[in-house]
Amino acid sequence: MTTLTSTLMPSRSSALHRLYTGLLLAMLAGLVVSVMSGVVQVPSQELLAALIAPFSGTTMQTGSESGVAHAVLWELRLPRALMALLIGASLAMAGAAMQGLFGNPLADPGIVGVSSGASLGAVMIIVLRIDVLGAWTLPVGAFCSGFVTTWLIYLLARPSQFEGDNARLLLIGIAINAVAGAMTGYLTYLASVEQLESLMFWSMGSLASVGWTPVLTVAPLALVGLVLLRRQAIPLDLLALGERQARHAGVDVTRLRRRLIALTALLTAAAVAFTGTIGFIGLVVPHLMRTLIGPGHRHLLPLSAIGGGLLLMLADLGARSLDPPNEIPIGILTASLGGPFFLWLVARRQAGGGH
Amino acid sequence: MLSVHHASLTLDGRRLLDDVSLDCPAGSLTALIGPNGAGKSTLLGLMAGDRSPSDGHVAINECPVAAYSVRELAAWRAVMPQDSVLRFAYRVEEVVRMGRALRDLPPDDDERTIGTAMRDVEIEPLAQRNAMTLSGGEQARTTFARVRVQQTPILLLDEPTAALDLRHQERLLQRSADWAAQGHCVVAVMHDLNLAAAHADRLALLDQGRLIAHGRPWDVLESGQLEAIYRQPVCVMRHPERDCPVVVTTTPTDVKRARSTNADMETPT
Repeated sequence: MTTLTSTLMPSRSSALHRLYTGLLLAMLAGLVVSVMSGVVQVPSQELLAALIAPFSGTTMQTGSESGVAHAVLWELRLPRALMALLIGASLAMAGAAMQGLFGNPLADPGIVGVSSGASLGAVMIIVLRIDVLGAWTLPVGAFCSGFVTTWLIYLLARPSQFEGDNARLLLIGIAINAVAGAMTGYLTYLASVEQLESLMFWSMGSLASVGWTPVLTVAPLALVGLVLLRRQAIPLDLLALGERQARHAGVDVTRLRRRLIALTALLTAAAVAFTGTIGFIGLVVPHLMRTLIGPGHRHLLPLSAIGGGLLLMLADLGARSLDPPNEIPIGILTASLGGPFFLWLVARRQAGGGH
Repeated sequence: MLSVHHASLTLDGRRLLDDVSLDCPAGSLTALIGPNGAGKSTLLGLMAGDRSPSDGHVAINECPVAAYSVRELAAWRAVMPQDSVLRFAYRVEEVVRMGRALRDLPPDDDERTIGTAMRDVEIEPLAQRNAMTLSGGEQARTTFARVRVQQTPILLLDEPTAALDLRHQERLLQRSADWAAQGHCVVAVMHDLNLAAAHADRLALLDQGRLIAHGRPWDVLESGQLEAIYRQPVCVMRHPERDCPVVVTTTPTDVKRARSTNADMETPT
C-alpha cells in the first residue's frame, strides 16, 4: 500500500497539470473561434488580418472592408467573448464557494438571494420606468438590489448569534427568494408588451448588447472578487469538517461566512447586472470539477473559474450560431445543457458510488 | 495549564454545570467520568471555548479562554469531537493534514509529523481512501491523527475510544498518555472506567453537573461512591498486571430477588 501511495501522488499532480493546461488551451481556442464566427459574414482572411493588426502595427482604414472586419472583431465579438469568460468564471467560483459554505453540492450562487434580488430590481426599473442614471439605471439598479437582498437575508438570519446556523440562513434565503419571486411576478403581470420583451431578455440572460464599457466595468469587480475568494481555499477545506471542528482548527467561521457571502454577492451581482440571470453554471461546473480533481478548494476554486468561463463562452457561441440570424437566450442554453448533464452526474454517482 | 474556576452553565433554565473547579496541569492526563448526562461533554465544551460559562471562567495559561482569538485558541488546544463530520470526499491523508492547515508550524516538519500521527493509529494503508467511506473506528482514528498534528499543548478528547476495538483503544490512550508524559495537558471524556483507570493519572468524577471527586484512580474509584452515583452495584478489584483498579458490575439485589421469585413461580409445586 505504501508503494501505491507514493506512486499515486505524482500521477495526481500531473493530471492536475494536464487539466489546467487543457482547459486554458481550450479557452484560448474558444476565444479565437468566438471572434472568428458570427452572424455578420466577414471573409476569414480579413478577420485574421484584423486579429493580428494591432500586433503587427498595421493601421485600418475605417469604412473599408477591413475596417468592417476590425469593428466586428474588436468592438462586437471580443468584448462579448471576454464578458462570457468573466461572468462564467464569477458564477462558477461563487458556486463552488457556496457549495463549500453550505456543505451541499446543490447550493449555487443564487442561494443567498442575489440573483432573485437583482431580477426584482431589474423588473422594477423596467416596469416602473425608473430612469435616474440613464443607460446605467438597469445594471446599477440590478447590482444594488441583488446586493441589498443578500444583505437582508444575512441580517435576518444573523448567523453569528447562533451556533452553526447555516440552516437558518438557508431557510430565510428560501423565504426571501420566494417573496422576491412573487414581487417580480406581479410586476411582470403589470408590464406592457414592449416591457415584457426586455423583461424576457433579462430573465433568460443575453450577452447580445455587451460592448467594452460593461466589460471594463465588470472586469475589476470580478477580478477582485475572484482573487479574494481564491484566498479562502484553506478555511473552506476545513469547513468540510463541520463548523465546530473548523473553529477548533482555527477557522473564524462567522467571519469566513460573512466574507464568502459578501464575495459571492459581489461576483454574482456584477455578473448578472448587464446580462441578466444565467443559471446552472454556478451549480454544474464546481460539481464537475469536484468529480475530476476531488474537493480540495486550492484547485477546485481556480479550475471552476476556468471551466465556468470556458463553458459560458462556448454556450454564447452556441447561442448566436445555432439559429442565425436569431439568438437563443443564453440562459435557456445553459439550462438545457446543464440539466441533462447534472442528471448524468447524479446517475453516475449512484452507479459508481464515487464522489 | 488548563483550569476551570467555579464554572456554572445554565441553559434554558437547566443547570448543566454547577460550580465546577478543576485544574489540569501540564504533564497530566485527566479523565472526566460520570453517568450519562453528568455534564462531562459540556465541561469539555467549556474547556474548548465552544461556550462561555454563565458564571466563573476557564483559563488557559492563566488567561481567560474568551480573551483568545479563534486562531490563537487553535494554537493552544486541539479538540477531538465525539462524532466526526465530513461533507465532501476528501482523502484520509488530506483530512489529517487539515489539522495543521492554519497553524504557523515549520512546513519542513509537516510530512514527518503527519506520517508519525498516521502510523500511530495505523491508518497509513487508508491514506488515499475517500474519508467519507470509513467505518466509525477508522473515522475516529483519522480524527485523532488530525488533532495530533495540530501539535497543541492541550489536547481535549470527547469519548475518543467509543468506536474503537480493543487494540486501538489501548494504542490511542497509550499515545495520549505518552503525549501527556512529554509535558502536554490531555483531558478526555471517558465512559469506560477501566480504560480511564488504566491510562489516566487523574480522574474527575461528575454527577448532575457537579464535580464529586477528583484525584488518583484508586481514590476516586471507590465502590460505595460509584454505586451511589451510577445507581448500580459494582465491585472494585486490582488489575492483575497493572497497578490500577478494575471496576466490574454485579447484579443488583432486587434483580436477584425478582429472578429467584420468577424461578419459584415457574417451578410447578
